[in-house]
Amino acid sequence: MPEILKAPLVLEFPFTRSLGPVQSAFLSGLRERVVLGVKTGDGRTLVPPVEYDPVTAEEIRDLVEVGATGTVTTWAWNHEPRRGQPLGTPFAWVLVRLDGADTALLHALDVPGPDDVRTGMRVRVRWAEERTGAITDIACFEPYDGEEGHQPAAHSGEFEDMVTGIVAEARLDYVYSPGRAQTDYIRALSEQRTVGERCPSCRKVYVPPRGACPTCGVATAEHVEVGPRGTVTTFCIVNIKAKNLDIEVPYVYAHIALDGADLALHGRIGGIPYDQVRMGLRVEAVWSEGGRYPDHYRPTGEPDADYDVYKELL
Amino acid sequence: MSGDATPREIAVVAFAQTDHRRTTDELSEVEMLMPVLHGVLEQTGLKTADIGFTCSGSSDYLAGRAFSFTLALDGVGAWPPISESHVEMDGAWALYEAWVKLLTGDADTALVYSYGKSSPGSVRDVLTRQLDPYYVAPLWPDAVALAALQAQALIDAGDTDEPALAAVAARSRTDASANSHAQVRGSVPQGDYVVRPLRTGDCPPVGDGAAAVILAAGDRARELCERPAWIRGIDHRIEAHGLGVRELTDSPSTRLAAEKAGVFERPVDTAELHAPFTAQEVVLRKALRLGDDVRVNPSGGALAANPVMAAGLIRVGEAAARIHRGESDRALAHATSGPCLQQNLVAVLEGDPR
Repeated sequence: MPEILKAPLVLEFPFTRSLGPVQSAFLSGLRERVVLGVKTGDGRTLVPPVEYDPVTAEEIRDLVEVGATGTVTTWAWNHEPRRGQPLGTPFAWVLVRLDGADTALLHALDVPGPDDVRTGMRVRVRWAEERTGAITDIACFEPYDGEEGHQPAAHSGEFEDMVTGIVAEARLDYVYSPGRAQTDYIRALSEQRTVGERCPSCRKVYVPPRGACPTCGVATAEHVEVGPRGTVTTFCIVNIKAKNLDIEVPYVYAHIALDGADLALHGRIGGIPYDQVRMGLRVEAVWSEGGRYPDHYRPTGEPDADYDVYKELL
Repeated sequence: MSGDATPREIAVVAFAQTDHRRTTDELSEVEMLMPVLHGVLEQTGLKTADIGFTCSGSSDYLAGRAFSFTLALDGVGAWPPISESHVEMDGAWALYEAWVKLLTGDADTALVYSYGKSSPGSVRDVLTRQLDPYYVAPLWPDAVALAALQAQALIDAGDTDEPALAAVAARSRTDASANSHAQVRGSVPQGDYVVRPLRTGDCPPVGDGAAAVILAAGDRARELCERPAWIRGIDHRIEAHGLGVRELTDSPSTRLAAEKAGVFERPVDTAELHAPFTAQEVVLRKALRLGDDVRVNPSGGALAANPVMAAGLIRVGEAAARIHRGESDRALAHATSGPCLQQNLVAVLEGDPR
């Protein structure tokens, strides 16, 4: 079997998220080195605070200030920090119950090694030098000698210039592989050929092939070379220019049934004014220099195909 | 429920899974999936057109491609049009949806499948994207780190220790020797710490795989399977997303789901638990009050093969298959999702008396 294609694929999404009143107060507070919790109906203080009681689902807004010191409730030693994690040197993940709180906050603890951390140890917040109103305003926790003594104090939750949203950056790295059928398709394209696969059951030729007949639900494997000519089965006129696209608008995007294929694929139509493109127009692929897929399809000059020939492929 | 007071009897009548492997580059998702779809159809003699309802579970985040479940439908043969649904969850939850559909009387048979290709990305990092995006996800705590926090909490509570966790790992992989589909089998070194206190042996293998089951109601089930695995109860529950709000050494959601599913009404002889990390088996055994006489994860469980999004459905399938083979009369199947056993599904399966 020829080697399967693979390529790096990076997905990044900077989600802009708005904050509700409680999250806004909490993150604004972190920016000002104040840690806020929220009181539930049964008098517990949740840190980090949420807008709805996790037990009763009632809306809760009653903010209190808790300590920037606390107690480790459990931990895990992370000897190989990964991208995006709070510290670049080995650290302990910790759940910390801040003084005055009844629940624990997840963060990192900066200590030299696993022997320097234990459940029950006292810790305090190490603030980030530059704070923007995000959970990362807590750079990490560090060991602290003092006893627990902080009493939660009522807090308005109001700060100057409240943080009302965060940008949640996400990045995931993949090595994408299209699988056997699509690898074959892409390899053929690099030789300026278009191959489909024939279903062993219904005998239809699918292009691009995906290794399965979507009608019969069975594997396909028989290669069939299709094209290079085909028929426009339907089309639309694009009037809006996409970002980073250097094709002049308006242009025509069409479904093209390549000769020998039982499924239309799509592509841009060129070499003809946009308002002269029509159903039944005979076209052929145009490859740009070094192109890995047809740049567009242009008229062949043949007479138009009869509607009856392609009506099943619409 | 077709107007009658007694709910319809619904059973798992067929189960198939892939050989789970670290990578399956040569296969697209649908190419990986098709053999198991054909497997369950062949076992029952059903054709695609005979299936009343189709439901699947998967996640686009694993392979990093959008709407991948729509392409997977090519393997089902969705023409003429079929009644179909998808959950962005483990296939066990797709099975739950199919069970409800059959209960309503809208269909007599259902095909449930799920798949996950973890090999294109880093599943440890991918799973961080399911966490609270405000307070937790920006810290990128990976799946092993969160499981390690839970394991340490159990150790601190005196519920387990590292040798006991190693024993769970060893028992699972030894049992997996008899499971030709498993990815990790036999004697496997416990290895170094990944995130202390969890070692490589305490963690599930990362791999690609798929599974499918067929459900059928009443007499249809008896026609399709010699000894149907009747679903006597099934329920799923979720806990607060805040890790620091939850009691990590316990799983009240599992216990409640089990209670609602009827687990505690009579003893079970087999339990297929979806515990990707050794310490989670300790939590689940306690929550489900499983005694030493219950055969836990004879398949090897998720420590032997953990295709994300399919591993929970496989637990239901493995439990059902033991009933089909006459190795079990009353089995429990459990599936989980989310960090530290946040969401839990429990099903009780029974075979007819022999």
